[in-house]
Amino acid sequence: MTALTEQMASKKRLPAVVDFLSKWGTILTIFVLLIFFSATMPSFRTSSNMVTIMRSIAIVTVIATGITVSLTVDGFDLSVGSVATFAVALVMSFFVWYGWGTILAIVVALVVSLVVAAVNAFLIVKLRIFDLLATLATMFIFEGVAMTYTGGGSISEGMPRLDGTPTFGKIPAEFRLIGQSPYIIVIMLVIVALVHVFLTYTKHGRYLYIVGGNREAARLSGIPVNRYRTLAYFLSALLAATGGIILAARIGSAQINSGAGYLMPAVAAAFIGYSVAGIKKPNAVGTLVGAILVGLLENGLIMMSVPYYSLNIIKGLVLAIALAITYYRKHD
Amino acid sequence: MQPKHKLEMKGISIEFPGVKALSQADFAVESGEIHALVGANGAGKSTLMKILGGAYGHYQGEIYFDGQKVDIRHPQDAKRLGIDVVYQEVDTALIPYLTVAENIMLDVMANEMQGKHFIRWGQLHRRAREVMKQVGIQLDTSTLVENLTLAQKQLVLIARALATNTNFLVLDEPTAPLSQTETEELFRLMRDLVANQNIGIVFISHRLPEIFEICETITILRDGRVVADTTIETLTQQRLIELMLGHRFDETYPKMPVPIGETIFQVEELWEEQGRVRDVSLTVRAGEIVGVTGLVGAGKTELCKTLFGAYPIRSGQVRLHGKPLKITSPHAAVNQGVTLVPEERRKEGILVDEPVYVNLTLPSLDTFTRGVDFVDTRAERETARQLIRELGIRTPSENQKVAFLSGGNQQKVAVGKWLITDAEIYIFDEPTKGVDVGAKHDIFELIGQLAKRGKGIIYASSEIPEILGISDRIYVMYDYTIVKEFDTADATEEDILFYSAGGK
Repeated sequence: MTALTEQMASKKRLPAVVDFLSKWGTILTIFVLLIFFSATMPSFRTSSNMVTIMRSIAIVTVIATGITVSLTVDGFDLSVGSVATFAVALVMSFFVWYGWGTILAIVVALVVSLVVAAVNAFLIVKLRIFDLLATLATMFIFEGVAMTYTGGGSISEGMPRLDGTPTFGKIPAEFRLIGQSPYIIVIMLVIVALVHVFLTYTKHGRYLYIVGGNREAARLSGIPVNRYRTLAYFLSALLAATGGIILAARIGSAQINSGAGYLMPAVAAAFIGYSVAGIKKPNAVGTLVGAILVGLLENGLIMMSVPYYSLNIIKGLVLAIALAITYYRKHD
Repeated sequence: MQPKHKLEMKGISIEFPGVKALSQADFAVESGEIHALVGANGAGKSTLMKILGGAYGHYQGEIYFDGQKVDIRHPQDAKRLGIDVVYQEVDTALIPYLTVAENIMLDVMANEMQGKHFIRWGQLHRRAREVMKQVGIQLDTSTLVENLTLAQKQLVLIARALATNTNFLVLDEPTAPLSQTETEELFRLMRDLVANQNIGIVFISHRLPEIFEICETITILRDGRVVADTTIETLTQQRLIELMLGHRFDETYPKMPVPIGETIFQVEELWEEQGRVRDVSLTVRAGEIVGVTGLVGAGKTELCKTLFGAYPIRSGQVRLHGKPLKITSPHAAVNQGVTLVPEERRKEGILVDEPVYVNLTLPSLDTFTRGVDFVDTRAERETARQLIRELGIRTPSENQKVAFLSGGNQQKVAVGKWLITDAEIYIFDEPTKGVDVGAKHDIFELIGQLAKRGKGIIYASSEIPEILGISDRIYVMYDYTIVKEFDTADATEEDILFYSAGGK
């Protein structure tokens, strides 16, 4: 009986080439792109350009790991962009308006950003709103909250508040370091490693995947399902807020809606990450690979003088191909 | 007076992989009569009616309509002859977010709108209202179907059947979810349809008193064969039960003699939030296997899920070793020593996309962690391998995805995962459903082992021979409550079926 079902399973398997491509296609594409760009543009393969690429993907990657965690419980956190924006506004206001120290400002900004997670969890777990829709709502709400908090303007050193109050706070030099290489790259790698270890090697990571895989079976196995769904949204908000802090350090000011632009590349990175190595689950390392692919494309295409307004066509195509690889086999 | 129609099925046989569901079955019904179709679970009632409704095309045998040979292979073929089947699961046939009018007129819209593209809403509602008047439902046609009660949904489905030209109506266990008054209402409608609309009705029910109340003729199936086709007056309830059961005590049940200890688990006046468990009291002693039986829809699964915290408890006491339990969720139940092997194995009991070892250690993952909740995968796999050996799970390794195991082996995984948790009370809900004979035997033995270790076992099943074979004591459920308690030694299959079917 077992032998028979296995035989049936292997019959369904696609030819080895397709199988190989669906597992390693993403990484293969990265190498092909690297070779292609290096061959055509000598300036591309300089080590300083490699650092530029890594630096440019750091913020996307950190925010994308947040989405990844929300995806593990079969959820979807669209509010990560707004959380990042909110965290930028908070941390900048602490420095510029109130003159706080680096550690205090970062910790308080992270903690306050978790309010979004609490609202998300309440809407999704208690009120049972579909994840995508609940976080769409909070995406708008906290975009608005961040803007209302800053008074609809930006925050930067020496700039008076909107009501005319002069500001005297400085952005600490050590805070700005966070946004520079190599620190920004190290921070990104450490976060990816931590999330990877958490998801793969701890009990909680196992439970998150199980809850996402079959919620009812998880519940009937005695897993406190709602607690883990709540945890996923808190972690995704925490990671998104961390992304926001890095963003603040990088640009050194709080701009209107500064986190919003990171949402879609992060979603793309997280979904491309599914297909990496044939894991077919949201995973941190895959997300990093996805972010590298998107960043590499962007960097290379800009250097090839593809106009910025056409870049999204190619990014969208790459996402479509990655998704096709992930989902194609599920139809048989 | 319209002409009478006659529908005959002759020599119907059908096979599914590994099972001969029907062999040489004859069945006939005429307009103007209510014809009962009865049989034990798996006798082939629903299969026969699905063939009539065109749901299965690969049967052998012939069907005659008014003496003319017809070919029913698709649902459209049945519709064309005016045969409508209202299946047991009403929700699968209705579209919840559309209105009553749209649901009633669905067949009309799907089949009579060839070449038309615009819906005339006024006409649609008017025609729906006319049909509803026939059926005797009073509802606003613009109500959404999701807001209806089960009984109303059923009437909407009957109305849908009547909206097209209907000669024969098949009702597959329509009364199972209905209350007494709702059932009477349905019977009034059925009598009206046969008397005034020249319709023939096939009525499937497990509730024997209902059959004697409403039917004139009856066909009894057993193991895919027709064992009787007669008028209802010639039968008594006892005789009917005998015909349904026949003599099929050929399976053996390995019941080990286990000394039975003190009462460890007590349930008093338990009510589920929505009345899916009503005033249930029961006890389980150490080492005792307590059978809970009843027909499909009697509330066994609901009782199991409520005891496990998967359905909310409205009132009542649950005690383990005299200590009151707070069962607010499955998580709480597991922590307090109560476990459940659920009925819907693939949906609820196992994770088909995960390997065997992940499934087996899931409820007890805490015991495999080191440091800050890091999972010790090596210990986990070691334990999994041990369980695979002990339970005789047939799998190439502990890393095999559960999806690739056979039904019986999947069930062993679903049971095995609770063995490491060392719970006190094990609840099994239909554990042998879809399980082959060999694995069944293993599962019985496993349950016996648990009893030997002094655990309390609740074994819910509608397979009465199984319950008689394995249990020490039996509770019979009917209408979401326990109606009778037997010592297994004093119980017979006939007695149990009598109480299961609502006998008093």
